[in-house]
Amino acid sequence: MRYRGLVTLAVVLSCVLALELACALGWVARTVIIPPSAMVASLSDILWSGEFNRAIALTLTNVMISVVISISAGFVLGVAIHACDFLRRAVEPYLASYYAVPTFIFYPVFIVLFGVNSAAIIAIAVLLSIVAMITATMNGLDRIPGVLLRTARIMRLSPVKTALMIQLPAAAPYFFTGARLSVAYSFIGVIASEFILSGDGLGYAIAYAYNNFENRQMYGLMLLIVIAVTLVNMTLDRLDRRLQSRLRR
Amino acid sequence: MTVLAMASRDAPKAAVEPPAASLRGVTRHYRFPGGGKTLHALGPIDLDLRQGEFFSVVGPSGCGKSTLLDVLAGLNPPSEGTASFEGKPIAGVPDGIGVVFQEDASFPWLTVEANVAFGLKRAGIGQAEIERRVDYAVGFMGLRDFRQSYPAQLSGGMRQRVCIARTLVLQPRLILLDEPFGALDQQTRLIMGDELLRLWRETRATVLLITHSLDEAAMLADRVGVMSARPGLFIDVIETGWSKDRDSRIVADPRFGEMTGRIWEKLRAETMKHMQTQGAGPR
Repeated sequence: MRYRGLVTLAVVLSCVLALELACALGWVARTVIIPPSAMVASLSDILWSGEFNRAIALTLTNVMISVVISISAGFVLGVAIHACDFLRRAVEPYLASYYAVPTFIFYPVFIVLFGVNSAAIIAIAVLLSIVAMITATMNGLDRIPGVLLRTARIMRLSPVKTALMIQLPAAAPYFFTGARLSVAYSFIGVIASEFILSGDGLGYAIAYAYNNFENRQMYGLMLLIVIAVTLVNMTLDRLDRRLQSRLRR
Repeated sequence: MTVLAMASRDAPKAAVEPPAASLRGVTRHYRFPGGGKTLHALGPIDLDLRQGEFFSVVGPSGCGKSTLLDVLAGLNPPSEGTASFEGKPIAGVPDGIGVVFQEDASFPWLTVEANVAFGLKRAGIGQAEIERRVDYAVGFMGLRDFRQSYPAQLSGGMRQRVCIARTLVLQPRLILLDEPFGALDQQTRLIMGDELLRLWRETRATVLLITHSLDEAAMLADRVGVMSARPGLFIDVIETGWSKDRDSRIVADPRFGEMTGRIWEKLRAETMKHMQTQGAGPR
């Protein structure tokens, strides 16, 4: 485990070093990619100056709202669809092929509905992330071993207690996997939407820097997003593993 | 110790005592989804489980053994006939019944200790009493060193012990076991059989064990009920006559061979019948 972590780190570091070297030797033009050291310097400027604090806060807020909506609504919808067999048979084919649809094509619709603001961005992010939570919820409920439900009946638990004390913990690792995907999709949804349809937020800041040939700033912002997403993902991954390891039989 | 001494259990006394559980003309029919066709899975069954006896059920696969257990556990009502536990008709899961299933039913999100205590907490029993009973059951099932472990860290046999301990702490008066050692290897099964006998002696509960192992049935039970192919009926009930303090060493006794031979004689024809209806060859 530790060894594997070190290898992963070594791979990343060697890529970074190779890029640094390629930039320093002039193999890659600075108008294309700036050296990683310059990206880090730019990122530190961005953070120290506070110039983008508003954009950062806005993006994170939108991501958080999208995460909360898609996880809670996705969970409720997943439970409802799972409970109703008729609904499930009708909806399942659409859920299975959902991610074949490029959700972003609907952005004109949301702009008409909500205007050019956070609501339209959150709507697209939720549209992108909610289905991962719905399918994970259904999958989790499907995978609860029947014998656990029989055990609950033998222990004469009420339906509510069975749901809370047996079904919820038994399916929790699957729910968590769905939640994790929802977080990832929310980030993608929010930042990509800001990129194409907003006048604010980190996505917009990158697009703005790009349009104005502000390479240094653009790469600094990109690094910021990569680091933020990696940290969030690593934390969730650690929790996920802990939950999954209990189920491995 | 005379492990193999014949039982001194006197039949007349057992007949006077009311049965722990009884089935009268119990049948089960399953309706196929969609069609009007029904499957006659079980019965009619008449059975009295004597107070404190160890009763084994053997039968060909698919003969309705588990269906029988479901009826006794109150998980499924009989289609016809009546089932009663301690004189009261069974409607829903009665108080005082414990079930151990073949599949691993330990809760993977709880430690061994929390698994064992699960039912006690629901029953609103005081913390001190919970601790006392969990302590006892964990020690009894040889899980003391694994109290804080999660089921994923245990072997299949140990997880089954967790499930047995979890049932045991509730002090059921009737313990139903549905092929609880089905997933375990032969040696572990024998040892678990010994533990089951010890548990039975100590708790003085009535035990019904469903098994597909003739040896297990013959070794553990006071009486062995042999079931027919579907629809399951009792074609014979054999008194083993073992003493109460028997254990797995009984397999060395010549009469053990006689006993399994007798059970197999009854079962052989039924098993072949089952294979013919299933169109399956010997495994």
